[in-house]
Amino acid sequence: MATTLPVPSPGAAPDVAGAGRRTAPPQLRQVRRERPSYTSTTILLLGAAYCLLPVVWVLVASSKSAGELFSTFTFAPSSHLIDNIRTLSAYRDGVYWRWMANTALYAGVGGLLSVIVSAAAGYGLAMYSFVGKRSIFNALLAGVLVPGVVLAIPQYLLLAKVGLTNTYWSVLLPSIISPYGIYLARIYAAASVPTDVVEAARTDGARELTIFRKIAVPMMMPGLVTVFLFQFVAIWNNFMLPYIMLGSDQLFPITVGLSGLLNQGASVPAMYTSVLTGALLSIIPLIALFLTLQRYWQVDLAAGAVKS
Amino acid sequence: MTALGRTAPVRARARRRTLAPYLFLTPAITLFVAFLALPIGYSLYLSLRTVKVSGLGLGAGARTEVWAGLENYVRSLSDPEFAASVGRVALYGLLLVPTMIALALVFALMLDSRRTRARSVSRVSIFLPYAVPAVISSLLWGFLYLPAVSPFYFVFHALGWQVPTVLSSRLVMFAVANIALWGGVGFNMIVIYTALKAIPSELYEAARIDGCTEVAVAWRIKVPIVLPSLIMTFVFSMIATLQVFAEPMTLRPLTNTISSTWTPLMKVYRDAFTRNDIYSAAATSVVIAAATFVLSFGFLRLLQNRAFSQEK
Repeated sequence: MATTLPVPSPGAAPDVAGAGRRTAPPQLRQVRRERPSYTSTTILLLGAAYCLLPVVWVLVASSKSAGELFSTFTFAPSSHLIDNIRTLSAYRDGVYWRWMANTALYAGVGGLLSVIVSAAAGYGLAMYSFVGKRSIFNALLAGVLVPGVVLAIPQYLLLAKVGLTNTYWSVLLPSIISPYGIYLARIYAAASVPTDVVEAARTDGARELTIFRKIAVPMMMPGLVTVFLFQFVAIWNNFMLPYIMLGSDQLFPITVGLSGLLNQGASVPAMYTSVLTGALLSIIPLIALFLTLQRYWQVDLAAGAVKS
Repeated sequence: MTALGRTAPVRARARRRTLAPYLFLTPAITLFVAFLALPIGYSLYLSLRTVKVSGLGLGAGARTEVWAGLENYVRSLSDPEFAASVGRVALYGLLLVPTMIALALVFALMLDSRRTRARSVSRVSIFLPYAVPAVISSLLWGFLYLPAVSPFYFVFHALGWQVPTVLSSRLVMFAVANIALWGGVGFNMIVIYTALKAIPSELYEAARIDGCTEVAVAWRIKVPIVLPSLIMTFVFSMIATLQVFAEPMTLRPLTNTISSTWTPLMKVYRDAFTRNDIYSAAATSVVIAAATFVLSFGFLRLLQNRAFSQEK
């Protein structure tokens, strides 16, 4: 069994609930397997409670007025959610919603462009043999390990030289290249695009780019959705890059915006309610996206073992 | 069709085919060079330079960039603040990474056991924090650490216990580690769980019939098989640990126990943007990068040997 990076298996059926797994002979299952284990269930539920706690808390906290936040019992909800949203929306002419739109732009467009670049590169690496293939791939792979910090400052200085800092481009452009995305795309291409289908298309006279677009991309699609999600979350999470690149709060993504708002809260505690309401509103779309698409997060270490 | 009529298009197609991989790779390579290779090279270059001030440092030409050799590295490595931040992150990593991987393994094993109930809801709940950006999760936990709003303090008071100040200088590292644990345990759990699911059940069906307990099956069969993924999640978490930045930066306004050089990355940020000393910052970041490379070298080898068995 080949073991690699966390890689969703392209061929595997989505298996959200963990149903439809290994099946034991029915009589065995009936005899011993079905007795529930309270210890393991309890441990798992405790873990779930730990992970949900801050989310439930922010839901409650956002419903409190600035005074109540520090005076009432932490898990006692109040009725000021709408007021809080109104206050937050009024802050600096609704700059909060601009941050949300910016985040969607950075993560959405950046993720999309990243998938296109990764898919093409991964396909090229998987389906052809050519001079320099090994060294190109090794260089790309080494990029996975380069810490963001080493890049952030020189990226800033280089973009400053061409006058691009404090623009949308300064956050968008560095987010497009994803060595990890290319790595994943290569695995998907190798595992899901059969060589004989490509050969057949060539014999029929199809151009290389047409084969990629019309045949390979649809076959790689489930994998490419995963690449998109990984990259989307990576950009959405990225704090250091926009924090360094951007000066104008009109360009901030939500993370940098909220961090600034929290800084102000240190001197104006009434801001804290806005910070918390902002945090809640920002994670709602993300959680919705996450729950809708979570079947694509089948991180499969054994992708190399999937025989197509 | 004549032979001549056939070979010309065939040859043209063959030429297109040798060019095609390079065309597919052009956008990636261009971006890679512009946003990875060039910045790394520039970083190295800057780390070996410094600014020389002549006279009072006023007027054009008074400040010139000159060759510095390893001066920046010597200064960076001998800086007590840097040593302190490295020590802090090392301790933080020792605290966080084994805890996270162990918990992820336990959760994954529970998910994999048929006798466990409420599996799908737990799985989604534990994985959910992965979708929350570090800044937001630090913000939420930061508030949960504040005595005035924290539910933990309420419980402690109700029980009549002494209330620990989580954001005190003694405990703040645990506070930051907890945030990282919260955000990372679910991802690692999913990686290990997927590896567990790939094990054919026949492997331990026999052991069960022979009377092996669930714990024995988990410990003797499952854990050794998923060892590669444990190693991998370990290395990934280690790399992430070296780069800790967003969590302490977000917690800073809530406490005065986190200095501006609390982690190596924060020091790089401060040197570059508060002190305007990009040369030292570059040297420090090169040192961090080198450390990351050394630590993940084994991982890279693991990858290359095993990854592409199905390609010709």
